[in-house]
Amino acid sequence: MTETLKRQEVVAARGVRVTFGAVKALDGADLIIHAGECVGLVGHNGAGKSTIVNVINGGLTPHEGSLTYGGSEAHGISAARANGVRCVFQELSLCPNLTVGENARIMHAELKGWAWRSRALALVESQLKEIFPGHAIDCDSTVDDLSIAERQMVEIAISFAGIDRKPKLVILDEPTSSLDAGLAAQLMAYIRKFVGDGGSVLLISHILGEILSTSDRIVVMKDGRVVADRTAKEFSTHSLVEAMGNVVREQEFSRTAAVRSGQQVLSMPPRRGHGLAFEAYRGEIIGLAGLGGHGQTEALLDLYLDRNSNWWPTKRREIAFVAGDRSLNGTFPLWSILKNLSIASLGQLSTNRMVDKAREETLGAAWKQRIEIRTPDMGNRILSLSGGNQQKVLFARALATTASTVLMDDPMRGVDIGTKQEVYEILRSEAASGRTFIWYSTEMDEIRLCDRVYVFREGAIMAELLGDEITEKNVLAASFSEGEAA
Amino acid sequence: MKISSSTVRLIIPAASLVLLLAAVFYMQPRAMSYTGLNLLFNLAVPIALATIAQMLIMSVNDLDLSMGTFVSFCACVSATFLQSSPALGILIFLGAIAAYALIGVVINIRDLPSIVVTLGMSFVWGGLAVLILPSPGGTAPTWARWLMTAKPPLVPMAIVASILIAAVTHYIVMRSSFGVLIRGVGGNDRSVERAGWSVLGLRAATYALAGFFAILAGIALVGLTTSADANIALRYTLLSIAGVILGGGQFVGGKVSPIGAVIGALTLTLAGSFLSFMRISPDWQIGAQGAILIVVLALRLALNRLEKREKSQ
Repeated sequence: MTETLKRQEVVAARGVRVTFGAVKALDGADLIIHAGECVGLVGHNGAGKSTIVNVINGGLTPHEGSLTYGGSEAHGISAARANGVRCVFQELSLCPNLTVGENARIMHAELKGWAWRSRALALVESQLKEIFPGHAIDCDSTVDDLSIAERQMVEIAISFAGIDRKPKLVILDEPTSSLDAGLAAQLMAYIRKFVGDGGSVLLISHILGEILSTSDRIVVMKDGRVVADRTAKEFSTHSLVEAMGNVVREQEFSRTAAVRSGQQVLSMPPRRGHGLAFEAYRGEIIGLAGLGGHGQTEALLDLYLDRNSNWWPTKRREIAFVAGDRSLNGTFPLWSILKNLSIASLGQLSTNRMVDKAREETLGAAWKQRIEIRTPDMGNRILSLSGGNQQKVLFARALATTASTVLMDDPMRGVDIGTKQEVYEILRSEAASGRTFIWYSTEMDEIRLCDRVYVFREGAIMAELLGDEITEKNVLAASFSEGEAA
Repeated sequence: MKISSSTVRLIIPAASLVLLLAAVFYMQPRAMSYTGLNLLFNLAVPIALATIAQMLIMSVNDLDLSMGTFVSFCACVSATFLQSSPALGILIFLGAIAAYALIGVVINIRDLPSIVVTLGMSFVWGGLAVLILPSPGGTAPTWARWLMTAKPPLVPMAIVASILIAAVTHYIVMRSSFGVLIRGVGGNDRSVERAGWSVLGLRAATYALAGFFAILAGIALVGLTTSADANIALRYTLLSIAGVILGGGQFVGGKVSPIGAVIGALTLTLAGSFLSFMRISPDWQIGAQGAILIVVLALRLALNRLEKREKSQ
């Protein structure tokens, strides 16, 4: 330990706290990165990985705690870049309308004046050759024309490149998510070389094999805190998964015994040509688990579009959808609570194509009482409600329809715990009366409520967990692949 | 040799211009002369400049609905202040450029839809234009008149000016490192911001540059018509948008082409003459012009789809 303390700090975040509304994204996390080391960062959804990355690269100013670059306190994106911090984001962040060389110009302000084009090209080409020898990327083409893997390679190369100064710290957030095994191995080899030359790398990956073989030190995060920070040699795949998990909070629920007993309501062949097939039976609550963005939302959309036409409204809808991002595709912000609730069931509320006001109000009153929407008047604007209550209205919208199956796209994000408990109760009773729920959630507590769980990885279903097998440990083990990227 | 996708996008506008020109020459062979070409394309120069201004705004994913009234305002200023007291005229234009930069700042800071802000501004510019020139009149500055009626050897002024506009703006927008940043804001403003640039400053600079080109459009227009009136260029709002789209530009995503925009402006001007030569009554001309637009855009959509299909194979 004394040896690491003597080494030069590149970035140090100490006691960082960041809150978004009621959600504590970071709750006193420490992350110190020294020159010449590769730090692996792992954790499950919502552990705070992305947030701490955004703090280090200057995109977020911590509400509490200190952030120092090379020993001196500084904030902001420009300060981070001036101190040699570069970041490759999980979602690709190149400009698709520009060529590869022009994208290099955006990332490197030094590229200007006469003949900047040829200098930019030379820079990207040499860096690409160094990281991915034998690549076949034409640096004159627009990013739009490149494949996803090529875009990722270009972004990595631009971030590692340096004209006057080499970057000191490169943050790689899931850098291999669209690279094949050969390219991923080339990248890992380059990271070791870069670290050997005195640079540092912060590596985030869901492939534990990569993390274990490439990192010098591994930091495990959970609930906005760092729960383990040891050298990579002290970890194995098994102990990493254990460190990410939450062994203490194993509570018990009474699950319905009726699993796979009713009639089959939905099915889907294996996705992306491998993994398991999807099946849903009457009265089940099925969880879709795994790390965020591994194909769960796409699976829900496919299930929905399979039964509902994109063009014509069907007379009797069999499937209802509860959207996750309230403001994006959930609420109608200018409408009243009642109108937001009844929009999905207008067909059954109208006679001769005219909405029957009285029936609409009865429906609203019934659901207001049933799920306890806290408002004096259902005619108030939906935005007068708290986030949790807005979400309850969205649930009621789906439940008020005649649909026998309800798809839920991580609907409980940012909802307080009391409301969650109320909604869980409603789900239980609705399932008991024969409705089927398919629930994508990024929260382990919700996944444990389900009767059956499919774990997604890289767009395919990798595991099915039943009843008592649904534990945090099992879900984690299936979400993180042990070996190389597929 | 591999043809880049931006070149492919230029093929359709260029081909439609050539086709229209061939049709005009077929119907009216006398147009195939120095004077004929100059007459055909004379009015295209101010439209091309306004189209370039609109294209700059569109390259940062915005839209300027005040282009027509702003060019009218600039024409009125050129025919009055710029002619009688040039220093005051230039000062007014500098103020107009500053106003454009300020519009960009407001749109960026408050995250307002650009069409709402510029629609509001269109009444401001229109009102100012009426205040300056309540009834049609004014005189063009002699130098503007001289510039627009100059007769260079071999190639008429309208063609020389169009090529010059296309070359200069191609250099600024497509080749210079500043142009890359402008288009970067349109393509992915978050990534530009993460790289440490000020999107606010870039948007303000883009708006200011657009204002500059719109002012040039106003001066060029007065140089052609010798006098101005407050409603002289109202059509320019839609003409400039149509010109950008016709030239291969897109509403969002920072995909623009200055050469295409100039070609689009030329095509639109030519479409008007073509319909006159066809003896289509003026009542039907606007509709027919719209039909030409739809045909060209449909062709481009078909080409885009073909390109996409090839890529996925």
